Amino acid sequence: MPSSNFILLTILGSGLATWLGRIMPFVILKKFRLSAKMVEFLSFVPISIMSVLWFENLFIQHLGHLPSLNVPNLLASLPTVLSAVISKNLLVTVVVGVISLGFLRLVVGM
Amino acid sequence: MDNELTVSSAAKETLPTVFGYIGIGLAYGIVGRASGLSPLMITLMSLITYGGASQFIIISMLVTHSPMISIILSAFLVNSRMILMSTTLAPYFRKESLFKNIILGGLVTDESFALGMNKINYTGRKLNFPWFNTVNLFAYIVWAIASLVGALLGNFISNPDKFGLNFALVAMFIGLLYLQLVSDKSIKFNLQLLVVGFVLVATFIGIIFIPANLLTLVITLIACAFGVVIKHAFF
Repeated sequence: MPSSNFILLTILGSGLATWLGRIMPFVILKKFRLSAKMVEFLSFVPISIMSVLWFENLFIQHLGHLPSLNVPNLLASLPTVLSAVISKNLLVTVVVGVISLGFLRLVVGM
Repeated sequence: MDNELTVSSAAKETLPTVFGYIGIGLAYGIVGRASGLSPLMITLMSLITYGGASQFIIISMLVTHSPMISIILSAFLVNSRMILMSTTLAPYFRKESLFKNIILGGLVTDESFALGMNKINYTGRKLNFPWFNTVNLFAYIVWAIASLVGALLGNFISNPDKFGLNFALVAMFIGLLYLQLVSDKSIKFNLQLLVVGFVLVATFIGIIFIPANLLTLVITLIACAFGVVIKHAFF
């Protein structure tokens, strides 16, 4: 984990960026409009970023070479996906995910 | 849901969504603690950054020692949907002062947006400052408290790696992705699946030559462009 200063600055920076994104439409909408192209591009951000953040945890990086599989994360993902589909509840999904990997680590010894 | 735009009706109508905030806030606090963040920083991030999923992303990028600018840009990108929500909401508050517009806009969330869009069906398509501000503040306060409580609970869970706790973050994104897939009606479901599939392939290829701390951002931008192109070509 980086230093407290780094973390605090990151929090402030991302807070400012997020806040500006939230308030600017309220401030400038009377004069300008986002182009349709931009709105369309941004509409893909949520699913894209969520997917990357999941998938990059299924591989182990070896820069310049093919990645290897992160087998425990891959196996733990299966019951996690299933619990998301069945429960549609974020907390349940997280608990099932943690228990799944914990089971692989502690019981199976992966 | 009724046709009254008062503080008390807002409090009543926000209550069901609060349980969602508590659950995710607790999970966020525990994940933050498990990743090595102090309870103070965890709570500050909830108060200052205030952006559900983006806070999980910030933590995961802090863990991998990503450059600050790419963390901030990623947080902005994942929160960019707020621009769309604010753009949709703003016309309902044109009569309110600029100051009140900034107060409202600063605390817009997915849930308050959804609640507001639901409310206008009962009020003849009207919203006002007292009602929406109450919904926002309620969510903001509950989110901060839940984050802090989660962080304190996380204190009692040592060596999270051994127990699979570091997978909480991955599991959270799996859950968020699934909920996004089934609830976002603005993009056709098959198109969303195609984009997710593209991301898997792009991640596998990208991880060969893109440093880990830039991977998230680069793949996201490429995947958004892919989504736009495919949408115009086939949907």
